[in-house]
Amino acid sequence: MKRLAGFYILAAVLIATGLIFPDSYYVTVVGVTICTNAVLAVSLNLLMGYAGQISLGHAAFFGLGAYASAVLTTKYGTNPWLAMLAGVGISGTLAFVLARPILKLKGHYLAMATLGMGIIIHIFFVQADWITGGPDGLSGIPEISIAGLAINNDIRWYWVFGGLMLFTTWISLNIVDSRPGRALAAVHGSEVAAQMTGVDTASVKAQIFVVSAVIASVAGSLFAHQQAFVSPESFSFFFSIELVTMVVLGGLASTFGAIFGAVLLSILPEFLLVFEDFEVLIYGAILMIIMIFLPEGLFVSGSRIVTGWLKKRELSTQ
Amino acid sequence: MTDQLFQFLISGITVGSVYALVGLGFTIIYNASDVVNFAQGEFVMIGAMSAIFLYRAGVPYPFALAAAVIITMAVGMLLEKLAIEPAKNASVVTTIIITIGASIFLRGAALLIWGKDIYGLPPFTKDVPISIGNATLLPQNLYVMGGTALSVLAVRYFFDKTITGKAILACSCNRKAASLVGINVNRMLLIAYGISALLGAIAGILVTPITYTSYDSGVMLGLKGFCAAILGGMGSSMGAVAGGLLLGVIESLGAGIISSGYKDAIAFVVILAVLFIRPSGLLGSADAERV
Repeated sequence: MKRLAGFYILAAVLIATGLIFPDSYYVTVVGVTICTNAVLAVSLNLLMGYAGQISLGHAAFFGLGAYASAVLTTKYGTNPWLAMLAGVGISGTLAFVLARPILKLKGHYLAMATLGMGIIIHIFFVQADWITGGPDGLSGIPEISIAGLAINNDIRWYWVFGGLMLFTTWISLNIVDSRPGRALAAVHGSEVAAQMTGVDTASVKAQIFVVSAVIASVAGSLFAHQQAFVSPESFSFFFSIELVTMVVLGGLASTFGAIFGAVLLSILPEFLLVFEDFEVLIYGAILMIIMIFLPEGLFVSGSRIVTGWLKKRELSTQ
Repeated sequence: MTDQLFQFLISGITVGSVYALVGLGFTIIYNASDVVNFAQGEFVMIGAMSAIFLYRAGVPYPFALAAAVIITMAVGMLLEKLAIEPAKNASVVTTIIITIGASIFLRGAALLIWGKDIYGLPPFTKDVPISIGNATLLPQNLYVMGGTALSVLAVRYFFDKTITGKAILACSCNRKAASLVGINVNRMLLIAYGISALLGAIAGILVTPITYTSYDSGVMLGLKGFCAAILGGMGSSMGAVAGGLLLGVIESLGAGIISSGYKDAIAFVVILAVLFIRPSGLLGSADAERV
């Protein structure tokens, strides 16, 4: 119970918000964006935070899922769930094939390789217009229904993405405390030491790469159906960077930190809108300032400050 | 066909020169401070944009160019002082986010000051194309190549022969040891960022008469500079120059022979191939596993 306490709190907040404000713009539009970004950030955090492997190309898997669903449902009339499964197959296979050569690299080389992968896939979305619709994208993606219930309004989408986010969070929390999770933590600490204790580091890293790609792909498929439209812009290098920023901003190696970062970066543009032309400038400044003064991330540094303060109070009352 | 290949080669070397200068700047900062500076491309943009606007404001051309270079150097040094120095002990990922933040910030500032339009600069001298066989060469192409060659030589001289250059190299070898022998490490880092920004500004000024520029043209250039540095072997400055030129030529040939739409993809495919086969880059030392 205690281990998953944070998870239950998150679920309660999510459900309560949906029930109390079903018509609010901040639930039906911003809320859906937050949940989508949170799913992606949590899945990226599995790789970056826990396994310590940076990826600057996570948006590519999100895009592959979205395009698989978009292309198969609009051009071939495939069942949306089968299309989603196809997306999972494509993303998973690609991640599996690339995992070993890419994750063999470290530090800046790894950053470059994942960045390159993301950019190549993005260029493919733009250029292969015979299948992806090119820069204009694909529209008219049909709606989906779950157990006979058509997901055809915003609040229903909120529940779908909210559910996916909770599921992802639950998976993430459980992976971390499982045997593979401990192996990942060992890899993060020292790869050589992990190998010495019998961890097959290459295969552990490959597994987590595939898991995180598959989660992103599922989120992408649902995103395509929710938007009813996909275009390459949503899956660019910039979005990959934004996802990395969410993970780092919240605090690496913390599932809730990733969610916190996703919430923050999804809401921030809404608030910055009033600054109009200054929006980009302020966004960049905020990123720099947080990272300079709280290099461990807002959530991790913040919770450390709070626990430190509580401990001090405990000591002084004794 | 040979003429066409020659033409691709000319444009490849021209673009490659820019990549080489950006990659060289990238490497200097990386060596001095272990930071992968994602704002590197922004130096190119700032150099070009400030030159354009000074020139439009009526400043004589050579003075406009010189002032633009100084402005860019100031931006580079401010970046080091305000963003990199305070975060000295941050991890690789954190510094990457900081420089990404800086690049977004600089782009935002450029958008605010100069707007979204695309601008050009006049060529340095009269624009009479030189024909070689059926291929043509603009005088500006020669300025780009010559300017790059001079800059690279100057950088080499600076790091090989001058006491300041050697002090910066000492900082990159071992910061603590350098400060123990009396080198002011913070000042050396400041100079390194200044030089790196200088190279970016030179690249921007040289190439803008051919390629034009806008507030967001720095992003791809920065990434290509990173590619050049990786291709040559991260940390090797002459490797970055060679990597940049090679990248430019490959891209140009790929765009001409395969498809111009896939131009950027070709560059990254080459990078991935190199990383998979020889992770330490073409001229890098064998310890690619460095963390």
